[in-house]
Amino acid sequence: MHRDPLAIRSIRILSGLVLIVWLVLPLVPLAIWSFARGWRFPSLLPNEWTLQAWRYAFSSTSGVLDSLWLTIWIALCATAMSILIGVPAGRALGMYKFRGKGVVELVILAPVIVPGIAVALGIHGVFITLGLTNTVWGVILVHLIPTLPYMTLVMAGIFANYDPAFEQQARSLGASPLKTFWYVTLPAIMPGIVVGGLFAFLVSWSQYILTLLIGGGRVVTLPLLLFNFATSGRNDITGAIGMIYILPGILILLLTARQLSGRSGAVGGFGRV
Amino acid sequence: MSDRIKIILLLAPAMAVIGLLFFGGLLVGLMRSLNYMPVIGLTEPNLDAYVAVFSSREFLRSFLLTFHISFTSTVISAAIAIAAALLLRRTFVGRGVINFLFQLNLTVPHIVGAIGILYLFSQSGSFARLGYAAGLIERPSDFPALVFDPYAIGIILQYVWKEVPFIGVIVLANMQAIGQDYESVARSLGASKWQSFRHVLLPLIFPGVLSASVMVFAFTFGAYEIPALLGASHPQALPVLAYKAYTNVDLAARPQAMAMAIIIAVLSAIMIVAYTRATRARIRG
Repeated sequence: MHRDPLAIRSIRILSGLVLIVWLVLPLVPLAIWSFARGWRFPSLLPNEWTLQAWRYAFSSTSGVLDSLWLTIWIALCATAMSILIGVPAGRALGMYKFRGKGVVELVILAPVIVPGIAVALGIHGVFITLGLTNTVWGVILVHLIPTLPYMTLVMAGIFANYDPAFEQQARSLGASPLKTFWYVTLPAIMPGIVVGGLFAFLVSWSQYILTLLIGGGRVVTLPLLLFNFATSGRNDITGAIGMIYILPGILILLLTARQLSGRSGAVGGFGRV
Repeated sequence: MSDRIKIILLLAPAMAVIGLLFFGGLLVGLMRSLNYMPVIGLTEPNLDAYVAVFSSREFLRSFLLTFHISFTSTVISAAIAIAAALLLRRTFVGRGVINFLFQLNLTVPHIVGAIGILYLFSQSGSFARLGYAAGLIERPSDFPALVFDPYAIGIILQYVWKEVPFIGVIVLANMQAIGQDYESVARSLGASKWQSFRHVLLPLIFPGVLSASVMVFAFTFGAYEIPALLGASHPQALPVLAYKAYTNVDLAARPQAMAMAIIIAVLSAIMIVAYTRATRARIRG
């Protein structure tokens, strides 16, 4: 096997380096700002370093922690509901062939592609009459629109490679349907539930416009708080909240690194984040 | 229990949630955009809101701007993503790092990327400071307007930052599934490197590129927080304009907001048709 000429190899390495720098670059000023005090033009680096923004973010008066718990709670509820509803639907799509399957798949795929704002204005009108606007439960419900399709699609992929013969054997040996599910089905599909659940969590975690519209500005999740600080020019606090906000994604990435080696169809799940 | 009943029971909850929330929301939006609200006695649907929207200069400029943002971001992202995937399928120093950063970037919410772009490219941002240090500019206003600008450069930069890894990961998975055998055959038959890429690899990965690009286009067309943070105050991206009209104190603007939402939905419906065509083409091979 011949080696490419030096020029081509250098171009390759150089573009690799440019790509690496570009991928990290936007996060750098955010991280620096979170430790900076009065970092004005034209200083390349802050003259003074401080933990003030972090102290503020973790103080009980700033509301950042309240916002953090609220965002976690909403994402957990949306994820749990997506698992409960998405696993059965994924089973139907992954294990059976039936008439109208194409339509069902399209119905489930549609919310992945159609932007949230296109449906949220209509939902807002209905939620007003139901008393669900400006409430946490209204926000959780509306987060199901982007999270449920991902959960369903991930589970459909899992069930497509699932052998139901084990269930029949368990049943023929006298196990009840509930026991069969608990001891046979659940362990087999657990990896899918974990990965799909983490995706669903992250998708809910990053919602902005659905929360803003349905929560009416009263349900202040982290992205809303981040936006408010960013537009009010408090760059240091924005930096600290931004760092806190990207942490779960990084943790989830480290947890799922093996499943995400690029071959998994589930990687598309991050597209909506 | 017959399979038929089983399938219906398994699908019912998901269908109910998506049907009620998603399609219900769409339907209500459509009705209100047509000024059709039987509850408050409006029983004669009309196209007033659409006429008002389409005859407004502000809307047309906003529509063109949004189309420009989506189209430009998608094309640039897809091109860089293909190049990056070509780079990533080889073994070289730094491949692992880029792979990791690609996935890291996928988990970072758009709004964080948007703030990062703001701090990098604003007139008092990192690049302006570098320009000052290099003696290229004397004050912030000398730095070209790359955010809050009429060409939406900052918005496009943010989308390219976020979507190159998204398309790249999908294209890379495609390339790895295809393998290099076809290209080797083309090369051994005398094709140049460019020819084997253009006529062998590109047609093979194209359906994947297309379906990923469709998702990116639809997303960028309907995303709110990125243009709200990085966009100029005039013209505004369509989702920002729709939200502004919806939250306007003048309730008469609401049907127009609904009409804009429906226009975004129709455009993404066209994208779904393209998407399913692309996936079918991929299955056919």
